[in-house]
Amino acid sequence: MRSRGQRIREWVIGHVIVASGAAAIVFVALIFFFLVRDALPLLKTDSFWGVLTGSNWRPTSEPAQFGLLPLLLGSLYVTAGALVLAVPLGLGAAVFISEVAPAWVREILKPMVEVLATIPSVVFGFLGLMLIGPWLAEVLNLPVPLFAGLGSLMLAFMAVPTIVSVSEDAIRAVPMALRENSLALGATRWQTIRRVVVPAARSGIIAAVLLGLGRAIGETMTVLMVTGNAAVIPEGFDGFLRPVRTLTATIAAEMGETAYATPHYHALFTIGLVLFAITFLTNTIADIAIRRSGRMTI
Amino acid sequence: MTDESRETIQKPEGEVKLDTSDLNLYYDSFRALYDVTVSIPAQTITALIGPSGCGKSSFLRCFNRMNDLIPTARVSGDVRLDGQNVYDRETDIPELRKRVGMVFQSPNPFPMSIYDNVAYGPRLHGTQERSVLDELVEKSLRGAALWDEVKDTLRKSAIDLSGGQQQRLSIARVLAVEPEVLLMDEPCSALDPTATFKIEELLLELKESYTIVIVTHNMYQASRVSQYSGFFLLGELIEYGPTVEIFENPEDQRTDDYVRGRFG
Amino acid sequence: MKALPRIRPRTMQALAFAGLWALAVLVIVPVLVVLGIMVAKGWGELSWEFVSSVDTGLLAPIVGTTVLVMLTAAIAAPVGVAAAVYLSEYARAGTFVRLVRLAIVNLAGVPSVVYGLFGLALFVTLLQFGRCLLAAAFTMALLVLPLVITASEEALRQVPRGLREMSFALGATRWQTVRRVVLPNALPGIITGMVLSIGRAAGETAPILFTGAFLSLTHPFPKSLLDPFVALTYRLFVDATEVPGVAEGVKWAEAVVLVALVLGLNLGAVTFRARLRRARRW
Repeated sequence: MRSRGQRIREWVIGHVIVASGAAAIVFVALIFFFLVRDALPLLKTDSFWGVLTGSNWRPTSEPAQFGLLPLLLGSLYVTAGALVLAVPLGLGAAVFISEVAPAWVREILKPMVEVLATIPSVVFGFLGLMLIGPWLAEVLNLPVPLFAGLGSLMLAFMAVPTIVSVSEDAIRAVPMALRENSLALGATRWQTIRRVVVPAARSGIIAAVLLGLGRAIGETMTVLMVTGNAAVIPEGFDGFLRPVRTLTATIAAEMGETAYATPHYHALFTIGLVLFAITFLTNTIADIAIRRSGRMTI
Repeated sequence: MTDESRETIQKPEGEVKLDTSDLNLYYDSFRALYDVTVSIPAQTITALIGPSGCGKSSFLRCFNRMNDLIPTARVSGDVRLDGQNVYDRETDIPELRKRVGMVFQSPNPFPMSIYDNVAYGPRLHGTQERSVLDELVEKSLRGAALWDEVKDTLRKSAIDLSGGQQQRLSIARVLAVEPEVLLMDEPCSALDPTATFKIEELLLELKESYTIVIVTHNMYQASRVSQYSGFFLLGELIEYGPTVEIFENPEDQRTDDYVRGRFG
Repeated sequence: MKALPRIRPRTMQALAFAGLWALAVLVIVPVLVVLGIMVAKGWGELSWEFVSSVDTGLLAPIVGTTVLVMLTAAIAAPVGVAAAVYLSEYARAGTFVRLVRLAIVNLAGVPSVVYGLFGLALFVTLLQFGRCLLAAAFTMALLVLPLVITASEEALRQVPRGLREMSFALGATRWQTVRRVVLPNALPGIITGMVLSIGRAAGETAPILFTGAFLSLTHPFPKSLLDPFVALTYRLFVDATEVPGVAEGVKWAEAVVLVALVLGLNLGAVTFRARLRRARRW
């Protein structure tokens, strides 16, 4: 029979474990709390909407201006460019790996993609800065080898592994029977992929793109090192060939020099809050989409 | 195959739609079919019976080359549709599968609307015009005895249908590509008796226009529905002939044992 | 509208598949080429002396990063493994579990620089650790937590149900079963997860930018947990962007060392896990 001491211990341990599970929720709440706490002082003097849409980010001028619009658009340009490259590349690679590639090619491609996933972001930034940027600047005849498009390119390769692995899971989850039925009706393998498999994996693929988006928007070191860090509002297609500044790079570049509890400090935390909100949204929607993707057959 | 067993296979009457000679099927080194030679007449229903795992499904899948999907499968011998060998180098496989349609054991509708499921085949083969598709969808659903039940809900997802309805949808899906042959691999084994009965009735109607080969475990079904039957045992076609003969007066003792339920 | 001329399905397939092959090449080749260039450019400077010297060499960053990731692992492991145990062994279906999982997904998606902000606000400022190893380690631990939880949960789930059932049938409590049967069998997988987290922590820069990393010639090694430290990633960053006069070959060599370290850790973890799977006794 179990002693009283043993039963108490079991009870305590059980609760500690459940508490550890709850810890995840607590940490998310804590992050949100601290971001709000240190962003709020700014939002007491300037309206949130005003900050969000202000078109000048000049924290060190007199008077300081904390408009996020250039930074938002900078992030938008770089991220959108990254997705334009990464989604076809990633989805195509996922389809290729799951449906077309012979086994020996799979053995090479999958590890390559995983290697890509583990390369540190500062190394991507370094490569863009030292190698790819100067090369592209020469090819495209650009004045400065630091521009938004370069960030998009480097980010694309960083987002591809995420898109590949989540899409691949979704595609492999499509039951074999659906493919068989399609082929039995006289479809080629490509027709089957295009008309049955990919649509059936739709939810998972959307999740993959959203997670890739979250990854790209949240990336810091790479964009800090290659996008030129000019807080100007990008315009038109040219905007890709000129320097921009992203939300993340702003925090990384300026926080080191900023004194505690100054308006600049609060403004940087406001940026952090905006980033947190964006990634919270994309991740939650992606999670819902992944759950939906299980509802494919009876 | 010995001369003796060749005599037990009676030459059926009428035009031959499908036939095989000395068909052997291997999965790596495992031999699944032994020298199968048979002629299947047009516009009839042939039932393939026999214990589980005796090669009936594998045999069926030779006719539309679905065995090609299995990397270890190898075929030797001839398989002919209207006298043409389907394993010819020049055979257009998608085209073959259009002429020889297949209905599987589990319905597995595509996660699309009922309409899109049936229109899938025709769209593959180039039909895009709305009015043509509409007509084809209605005709196929009628042919599968499903039209009345779904005509008002064509846009609904096919996954919401009942098991029996889904299986009839699978049949409609195949009918829509306007095949000549219907291969059915235990189409009723996942269905309840009512749904099974409906499909059996449907088959009797369909045989007027199609050549049907159905693999079944259910001997009552075989005797109810088919005009010809083939008995498979361990990869060998033991006997093939009119269903009445196979069930009441078989030539081979093994056939007799099976149909009387003495084994398998 | 007149329909476009129809391409035969066979031809379409050939085109599509060719395109996919091209895509695969487009993913593999640039990676190989760039890694190759990186090694080629850094090769000249790579030497034992370079790695082990203090002033211009990498000893200080290597030591700093090593201490950082060890601390990170020590902090993240208890909470992470416990949370994984919760998810795998104690959780019952319901809203709470769904919220926990959602929280983990979100923690995994928080930008690394936001972790840096959080670390600054909580550990550096509020708890007054200052910019130091401790603050950076706590910050980094939070960042790798989702990774630890996910890998550990997978390792726990790999343990067959039968083992648990046998333990319960013999009268063991849930915790006894976990401690004596499940955890020991899941341990290799959990360790793999820890190594992967260490690899991740070694490669991150943003979380330590304002929580403890610095560059110093006079105090390259932290004397206590409350001292700032030099990290490999931070060193590469400043050498590439801020410090003038660093020889190009040196920068490339630093990048090579960092990539080699991270790849080595990840490769080790993955190979270890693969070997585990093959040697399974069940």
